Amino acid sequence: MVVSSLPWIGGLLLALAPLPAHATLPADPLGSPMWQRLGDTLFGNDPVRFDDRVHVIFPEIAENQTSFPVTVDARGIEGVKRILLFADLNPIPLAIDYTLAGARAFLATRIKLDQRTPVRGAVQLADGSWLVGGGWIDAAGGGCSTPPTSRVRGDWADHLGEVRGVAVRGADGTHIRVAFRHPMDTGFVANIPTYNLDTLTLSGAGKAYGTMRIEASVAEDPTISIIAETAAGETVAVRASDTNGIRYDGSLAVREATPALAAVR
Amino acid sequence: MIDRRIALAGLLGAIALPARAQPLAYRIIPEKVADGLWVVRGVDAPIAMANGGAIANITILATEGGTVLVDCGPSLRYGVALKQAAQALTGQPVVRVYLTHLHPDHIYGAAAFAPGIVAATPQLANLLKSEGAGFSDGMYRLLGDWMRGTEFTPPGAILTADHETFGARRFRLLPLAGHSPADLAILDEASGTLIAGDLVFHDRAPSTPHADLEKWHDSLKTLEALGHKRVVPGHGPVDPTPATAIVQTRDWLDWLAATLRASVIAGDDNVAAGNVMIPARFATLQAARYELQRSVAHLYPGLEAELLPRIDAGR
Repeated sequence: MVVSSLPWIGGLLLALAPLPAHATLPADPLGSPMWQRLGDTLFGNDPVRFDDRVHVIFPEIAENQTSFPVTVDARGIEGVKRILLFADLNPIPLAIDYTLAGARAFLATRIKLDQRTPVRGAVQLADGSWLVGGGWIDAAGGGCSTPPTSRVRGDWADHLGEVRGVAVRGADGTHIRVAFRHPMDTGFVANIPTYNLDTLTLSGAGKAYGTMRIEASVAEDPTISIIAETAAGETVAVRASDTNGIRYDGSLAVREATPALAAVR
Repeated sequence: MIDRRIALAGLLGAIALPARAQPLAYRIIPEKVADGLWVVRGVDAPIAMANGGAIANITILATEGGTVLVDCGPSLRYGVALKQAAQALTGQPVVRVYLTHLHPDHIYGAAAFAPGIVAATPQLANLLKSEGAGFSDGMYRLLGDWMRGTEFTPPGAILTADHETFGARRFRLLPLAGHSPADLAILDEASGTLIAGDLVFHDRAPSTPHADLEKWHDSLKTLEALGHKRVVPGHGPVDPTPATAIVQTRDWLDWLAATLRASVIAGDDNVAAGNVMIPARFATLQAARYELQRSVAHLYPGLEAELLPRIDAGR
């Protein structure tokens, strides 16, 4: 069984709190009250700087605080080996820790928002340094402590294990999107412990694209998109597991983008 | 010599003064549309502190039997100001307030009126039992003191007939659906004015938090065939023609449905779906990007469940 990384993060926060401030952590342009503490926790003593090429893209309104779309697009930066997606003022700040193999520096998902918060992407280069981007989003409270809709309906277990997906090969690489049915329990709803999808690996013909550690701050029924270089007709293997050790595996065939599809938009 | 306490009090007074000098007040400006029919225009923008949530159009109708309102605004404060302005305009007390649908920018002003004159269809009244109070937290969060004292008030009159008559003025009642599960459009037969509620938007992008796009499309077909002269939309300027706003609303909804489906099939994520190019013909629509991104939040998960194939071993 895979152990949730949530207690590990909490432990790290506690352990690092009394230490002197991160030697090289720059002042936060977003003025977040959590920047110093999160910076110490997530980046350790690695060099950190803010960089406009780390595009953190999200809608102008958080229409649903339990499911807020965020894209981290750092394809303009060479040699990205890891992407972190986090929201400073969430009780579980980290959403996804993505270690890239052959994939491009791109990650899209939906996260929970517990309140108005900075939402950030950080990308790590081969030399260990981190480049950070992001912005504030206003949100109604409680996105992390609202019961998942499938818990309210009572049908979460009926759909556990369902994985949907699509992989479309276009001019800028193959967009691979997978959607899981999972309650993604945060542990903040009465008497329901933390229960979330926590690992995902995507790979192609004989090569990995990347591996993710996923936290319960990712929205219920997680959707995750990456962009990778694939051959035509390749099959993408999806391997995931949750904090109860349940496996969610699947495969999807890459298809070509059609001109008809492009014409609609 | 000035006493220190007096100086301090003066200072406090000076600090408090700016806030006290400009109490929050809605400006209710009825614009005449037809004989005995005025519209109070909402701001064509999202609900925000700057507009007090007064974004929906409100219709005031004069009849010999009293003043009739269609919708009543976002807050108690708005409802009170609306009642005063409407009665000053017509010289008659308000005898009927129609609620077109469940959204708070249209109905929370009902708190200013006697529940017995506030009317809804049975479908809407039923929906409001479970949903009516639920918008309160969100409205207070966005609007703060504008909302002071506002509590959702359920309608006390249920509309079961297909029309109501006040004085000599007959209102045809059209219970429809699509923008929400229970929409009411009203045809003022005296002036030939269709008061469409949020089934019709005009030069302002339609919002979809409770929408069923297919039903909405069908309801617009029904409205198009009524033989009316002009349309008061739920949001945006009055349409002096019978069909311009109706066709525009349907055009946006059809484009939205096709575009979201294409985005899902193309494997686009939610952010990309909300950032697609909006065609030039919608350039006159206010809040278009904002509403597209809201619509992605409302509709994308359902479309993905419908359109994306299962890829797991258990499929």
